[in-house]
Amino acid sequence: MADLAKNEPAAEATPNVSDVDVVADPTKDEAIAAITAPVERGEPILQVRNLVKHFPLTQGILFKKQIGAVKAVDGISFDLYQGETLGIVGESGCGKSTVAKLLMTLETATSGEVFYKGTDITKLSGRALKAVRRNIQMVFQDPYTSLNPRMTVGDIIGEPFEIHPEVAPKGDRRRRVQELLDVVGLNPEYINRYPHQFSGGQRQRIGIARGLALNPEIIVCDEPVSALDVSVQAQVVNLMEKLQDEFNLSYLFIAHDLSIVRHISDRVGVMYLGKMAEIGSDEQIYDHPTHPYTQALLSAVPVPDPASREGRERIILTGDVPSPANPPSGCRFRTRCWKAEERCATEEPLLAVPQRFTGKDTPAAHESACHFAEEKDVVHAA
Amino acid sequence: MTTTAKTATVPGPRAAADYDGHLLEVRDLHVEFHTRDGVAKAVNGVNYTVDAGETLAVLGESGSGKSVTAQAIMGILDMPPGRIPQGEVLFRGQDMLTMGKEERRKIRGQKIAMIFQDALSSLNPVLSVGYQLGEMFRVHQGLSKKEAKAKAIELMERVKIPAAKERVNDYPHQFSGGMRMGLILITHDLGVVADVADKIAVMYAGRIVETAPVHELYARPAHPYTRGLLDSIPRLDQKGQELYAIKGLPPNLTRIPSGCAFNPRCPMAQDICRTEVPTLAPVTEQDGTDLPGRGSACHFWKETIHG
Amino acid sequence: MPDKTADMEKKTEEKAVMPSSTEVPLTLDAGPAPGKPRSLWSDAWHDLRRSPLFVVSALMILFLIVMAIWPGLFTGASPRDSDLKNHFLQHPNWTHFFQADWFGYDLQGRSIYARVVHGARASIAVGVVVTLAVTIIGTIVGMVAGYFGGWVDSLLSRLTDVFFGVPFIVGAMVILTTFEERAVWVVILALAFLGWTQIARVARGAVITIKQSDYVVAARALGASTSRIMFKHILPNAMAPIIVVATIALGGYIGAEATLSYLGIGLAEPTVSWGIDVASGKDQLRNAPFVLMIPSVMVAITVLSFLMFGDAVRNALDPKMR
Repeated sequence: MADLAKNEPAAEATPNVSDVDVVADPTKDEAIAAITAPVERGEPILQVRNLVKHFPLTQGILFKKQIGAVKAVDGISFDLYQGETLGIVGESGCGKSTVAKLLMTLETATSGEVFYKGTDITKLSGRALKAVRRNIQMVFQDPYTSLNPRMTVGDIIGEPFEIHPEVAPKGDRRRRVQELLDVVGLNPEYINRYPHQFSGGQRQRIGIARGLALNPEIIVCDEPVSALDVSVQAQVVNLMEKLQDEFNLSYLFIAHDLSIVRHISDRVGVMYLGKMAEIGSDEQIYDHPTHPYTQALLSAVPVPDPASREGRERIILTGDVPSPANPPSGCRFRTRCWKAEERCATEEPLLAVPQRFTGKDTPAAHESACHFAEEKDVVHAA
Repeated sequence: MTTTAKTATVPGPRAAADYDGHLLEVRDLHVEFHTRDGVAKAVNGVNYTVDAGETLAVLGESGSGKSVTAQAIMGILDMPPGRIPQGEVLFRGQDMLTMGKEERRKIRGQKIAMIFQDALSSLNPVLSVGYQLGEMFRVHQGLSKKEAKAKAIELMERVKIPAAKERVNDYPHQFSGGMRMGLILITHDLGVVADVADKIAVMYAGRIVETAPVHELYARPAHPYTRGLLDSIPRLDQKGQELYAIKGLPPNLTRIPSGCAFNPRCPMAQDICRTEVPTLAPVTEQDGTDLPGRGSACHFWKETIHG
Repeated sequence: MPDKTADMEKKTEEKAVMPSSTEVPLTLDAGPAPGKPRSLWSDAWHDLRRSPLFVVSALMILFLIVMAIWPGLFTGASPRDSDLKNHFLQHPNWTHFFQADWFGYDLQGRSIYARVVHGARASIAVGVVVTLAVTIIGTIVGMVAGYFGGWVDSLLSRLTDVFFGVPFIVGAMVILTTFEERAVWVVILALAFLGWTQIARVARGAVITIKQSDYVVAARALGASTSRIMFKHILPNAMAPIIVVATIALGGYIGAEATLSYLGIGLAEPTVSWGIDVASGKDQLRNAPFVLMIPSVMVAITVLSFLMFGDAVRNALDPKMR
C-alpha cells in the first residue's frame, strides 16, 4: 500500500470531469452493471469533482426567504483509489463531515459530481442508488449513538441483510452475523445482547461489523476512533487495517487527529473552510508540506515525547476561523496567513502542483492551493 | 483521558494563613457505587498531594476512577449511588469531606476548579453560552459583565472552539457535536498533558499505578500499563507499522481481578501478580539512586524500567 | 446555571483548572458484557419491580381492573335495585365489610357499595379506551409531522394547536350536547377527540430527536425504506416518552369522565358511574355526606393510582437514569 501511495496519485493538476469515464444514463441497468463491475487495485474507485454543498440560511416563518448560505463544502475534487486509505483532516467546521454525508448520499449536493466507477451517484435514485449503497458503507464517530438501543446486536448487524436480502438468504443470516462478530473480534455468543451491555470499543466493533456486512468496497469513516480511549483506539485502528487487507477495502478516513491519520493513511487531504488546501501522499503532506495552513496545523500538534518536542517550531495562527457563511475573498486562509499579500485577496489559488515544483523530482511537488507554496518541515525536530 | 489539577497560592490575607503542609492532599480515598450488578469499586485507595503552584495530571482511561476522584474532591459526587466509605481530602489540612457545605462551596469556587469535558452539553439551553460561562466569573470573581464576557471568550479559545469571539452569543444547541468533542479531545491528548503538567499520576481500576515527573514518565515508564499506553499512540513524525495495543479491556469494577488489577492484560504477568496487590513503591535507578517523585505499583517495575 | 458549571472557574493569577470527563458513574462497567441479554425494556422492568411506588400503584390498578371486569366477585347486591322503604339514606355500617350496607344507601335506597363496585367499569373503560385511542391518533399524527417535516408538519402542528387551544370542558360540552345518547362510547369519543394533542406533541418531539440520531442515519446509509426506519428505529425509541405521558393522562381521563358526569353532560342513568353518584350525592351533603364522599374518594384513589403508576414508569424509562 505504501508503494501505491508514492507512485499512483496525481502529481498533475486537479483532474477534471473529462478524465472520468462517465456512464451516460445512470438510471439504466448499465449503470448497475457498471457499479457491480470490479475495479483494479490502484485504479480510482471514487472520483469527486467540484463538489459543493451550501446550506441555505432562511428567514421568516410562513414564507421562507433565503438570506444567504453556509458554504460547508465549496468545490472539492479528489480521487479515492481502490485499496487505499485517503485521510481527510481539518478543524471542526471545515466541512469534512459534510463531505462524508455527501459521499454517502445522505445529503443532496448543491452541485458537482461524485463518480463511483464512472456513475455520478449524486443523480441516482431508487434501485441504482440502493445498489451503490451496498458498496459504500460508513463507520460513525460515536459508538454510543450509532447503534439503536432497542435492537439486539444480531438485529443491528443483520439489518443490512434485511434491507439487501439478495446478499444473504434468510436461513444463512444468523451464521453470517456470527461470522462478522468473530471477524471484528467479538464473541459470536453475544448475538442476543443489547448495545448498552458493551463498552465503547466493543460498540465501535459492532458498528464496523455492520459496515462490513454487505461486503462493501468503500468505507467512509467519520472520526471512528476519536470517542474511544487511547488503548482501545489502537485496537480499533489495528482492526481496521487488518480488515482493509482482508477484504480489499478503500477507506476515506476523516479525522482531526493528525497522528492517527498519518498512521493509517496512504494519502492525506487537508481541508479549510470548505476547500481542499493541500493533498498528497502521507510523506508529502507530513514531511514536506507546502501550504501554510497545513504547516500551522502540523506544528500545533502536541507531541507526547518531550525529547522530540525540543527544537520544533510552533506556528501560532492569529485571528479566528471566518464564518463559512461569509468566507474571505480569494484565498480563504489569507485572513490568518502570515504570507498573505494583495494577490491572495483577489485571486483564488487553485489546487494544483505549484509552478516552482512542477516537473521536479521532489516530494514537495504535490497539489497545494497556495500562491506562495514553499516547503517547510514542521514535524521533525530541527 | 486525563484530569489536571492545578493549584497556586492565593494572594491576599487568606494565603497568609500559617499552614505549611501540602495545598491539597488526598489520603486513602475510596469511592464505590451501588449498581444493578453489585458494588462497583471505582476508587480503591488513592493518595496524592498537590503543592502550591504545581500541576498534577491524572491519566487514565474511562473507568479508571480519575474523574470519580475529581468529583469526590470537588464534592459533586452523586451520593447515592456513590459512597465514600473511607478517605480524606485535605485542603490546607482541612478535610473537605467533613466540612460544612458553605465552607466547601467557597473553597470549590475560589481555590480549586474543574472544567468538564462536555461543559457545553451541561449548559442551560435557553441562555447563550457566553452568558453562562461569564456568569461564573461574575458570581465568583465579581467581574463586570464586559470582563466576564472577555473571560468566557478566553475560556472558549482554551478549549479550541473556532471563532470564539463570534460564537460567544450563540446558544448551546448551535455548537456542533464536533465542537463538543473538541473539549474531550484536549484531555484525551497525552501531548497536551506534557505541555501543562509538572507531574503525572496514572490510574488503573481505581488505583494509582505510577507517579512520575512528566518528562520522565514519557522517557522511561515504570509500569507495563503506562508503557502500553504510550506505545499505543501513533506518532506524527513517522509512519509506523502495526500499533501496539494493550490486549483486552479494562476490568468490570464490580469484579476487579485479584492481585494486580492489570494482570489479565499484562505481558509481564507472573503468578505473584495474580495473588498479591502491588503497592506504590519508590522507583530507583539500577544502582539504587533515588528517583524523586517516582513510584510504581508493579511487582516487576525494575524489569519494566531497566529491563 | 447548573451547579457543575458553576465550578468552572479560572483566575488569571491563581490558575486552578481541572479538565475532566463527566462520565456517568453507572457506566463504569467497561468490561466484557456480563450476564444474559438485557433489553432496555427488561432493564426498566427490573427497576420497576423494585419501586414501591410501582408495586403499590400496580396492585391498586389491578384491583380496580378486576372490579371493573367481575363486579360479581365483590358484591351480590344490585346497583340498580332500590328499596326506599327500608334503606332511604341509611348510614354506612363500617364493620359490615363487603356487604350491601357497608357504605350505606343513597336517596333511592340503592346500595352505595354495590354502586361503587359496579361504577368502576365505566370509569376504567373510559380511561383505558380513551388512552388507547389518543395514543394511536397522537402517535400517528406526531410521527407523520415529525418525520416528514416541511408543510406536512406545519399543517399538522397548526391542527394540533387548534385542538389544543379548545378548553377541554367547554369542548366536551359542545360535543356531548350534540348527541342524544349519553352512553360510555359517546363520552369516549368526546374525550379522545379532544385529548390526542398532548400525545401528538410528545411524539413529534421524540421523533424529531430520534430522526437525527446516528443509528437512523446509519439505517438510511444502508438504504432502509421509510417504513423500516419508522417502525424499526423511530417508533420503538419514541414509545418510552409516549407511554409515560399516556399512563399519566389515563388518570386524567377518569377524572374528566367523573367531572362531565357530575355536570350532567357525561354519562347518565341507567349507566352506573362514580361521576353520576357524586352528582346525585351533592344535594344530601348536609344530612348524608357519605353519599357524595364515597364515590368521590373512589375517583380520587383511582386517579392517584394511575398518576403514581405513570410516575414510576417515567422513572424507569427515563433515559437520563441509565
